[in-house]
Amino acid sequence: MCATCGCDANGNVTMHQPGHQHEHGDHSHSHVHPNKKIVDVEKDVLHENDLLAERNRGYFDAKNILSMNLVSSPGSGKTSLLERTLTDLKTTLDFYVIEGDQQTTNDADRIHATGTKVVQINTGKGCHLDAHMVMHAIQGMKPKANSILFIENVGNLVCPAMFDLGEKERVVIISVTEGDDKPLKYPDMFFSSTLCIINKIDLLPYVPFDIEKVKANAKKINPSMEIIELSCTSGEGLQNWYEWLKSKVLSPETVY
Amino acid sequence: MHELSIVMSIVDIVNQQAEASNASVVEEIEMDIGCLTTVEMNAFEFAWQQAVRDTSLEKTIKKINRIQGKAQCMDCDAQFSIENLYDACPACGEHLIHITAGKELRVKSLVVT
Repeated sequence: MCATCGCDANGNVTMHQPGHQHEHGDHSHSHVHPNKKIVDVEKDVLHENDLLAERNRGYFDAKNILSMNLVSSPGSGKTSLLERTLTDLKTTLDFYVIEGDQQTTNDADRIHATGTKVVQINTGKGCHLDAHMVMHAIQGMKPKANSILFIENVGNLVCPAMFDLGEKERVVIISVTEGDDKPLKYPDMFFSSTLCIINKIDLLPYVPFDIEKVKANAKKINPSMEIIELSCTSGEGLQNWYEWLKSKVLSPETVY
Repeated sequence: MHELSIVMSIVDIVNQQAEASNASVVEEIEMDIGCLTTVEMNAFEFAWQQAVRDTSLEKTIKKINRIQGKAQCMDCDAQFSIENLYDACPACGEHLIHITAGKELRVKSLVVT
């Protein structure tokens, strides 16, 4: 196709050198093609997201807000873990929650019932949260300094791995009702997370889940990953999670 | 289906760059997509066709450089190729490796007129 007038001489792709003359089907005219040039771009595709993520990170750092991105497949117990955590620790720590789901405010309603300030992001057809959505959520929420912000991502072990939200810690949750080869099947999420929580351990007697195998698989992808086993139903192991959480909170006096 | 988000980011970058260089037509886009990124190429191609349909990029040629995964062992310093994030060092069997190539996802250059 001619780039100047858009006509197509034979209905086929044609190649022309700049500065030539050629026929154009039933109307002939001549013209000069502008010269081709190469534009060096060298830009990361997720550059815009990464810039906004750094902006969020700067906001969190300035206000000493511990931000955590919770990722998992649907049904691993992200919201249940938050409900337990908020209920058990709300008298000692300040919490805020951003909920990400394609539709409904069901999860935000559950968090709201614990008395915690929450914003629901509905992504519509989107399969992940991005830094831009989180930026607008925190603009509306205005979290206080020295607080903890949980960002519960859309239930999906693939897409959220690529999108930095500006979080300090990324926590991947799997449950014992899933396969123990999950880290190998979804390596990117385990590669980019700092903590792995294995949830629903009260069900271990009833399912063929090899907990040592899943830990070994997770460590193959991310040898420095920390792992905590717990059950939101029985409460077993929750104390380890709470201690880990408190160890990440910087006291206001140490931040300057 | 994060490939659609990635494609839309590429389209935005290309349109910004084309406008900044006063281009009327983008003939070719060259990009690097590492083999260790979570980009599924069939899904990428499908998303691309939908994203550029009836736009000025519909006939633009895509030149995609697939960058093979490479890593360096942090224990024994061996350098080797990897296909999966969980691959071990072939020299010492350790998993503590640093990925040196294969995570690229960038627009390199455009050919414009």
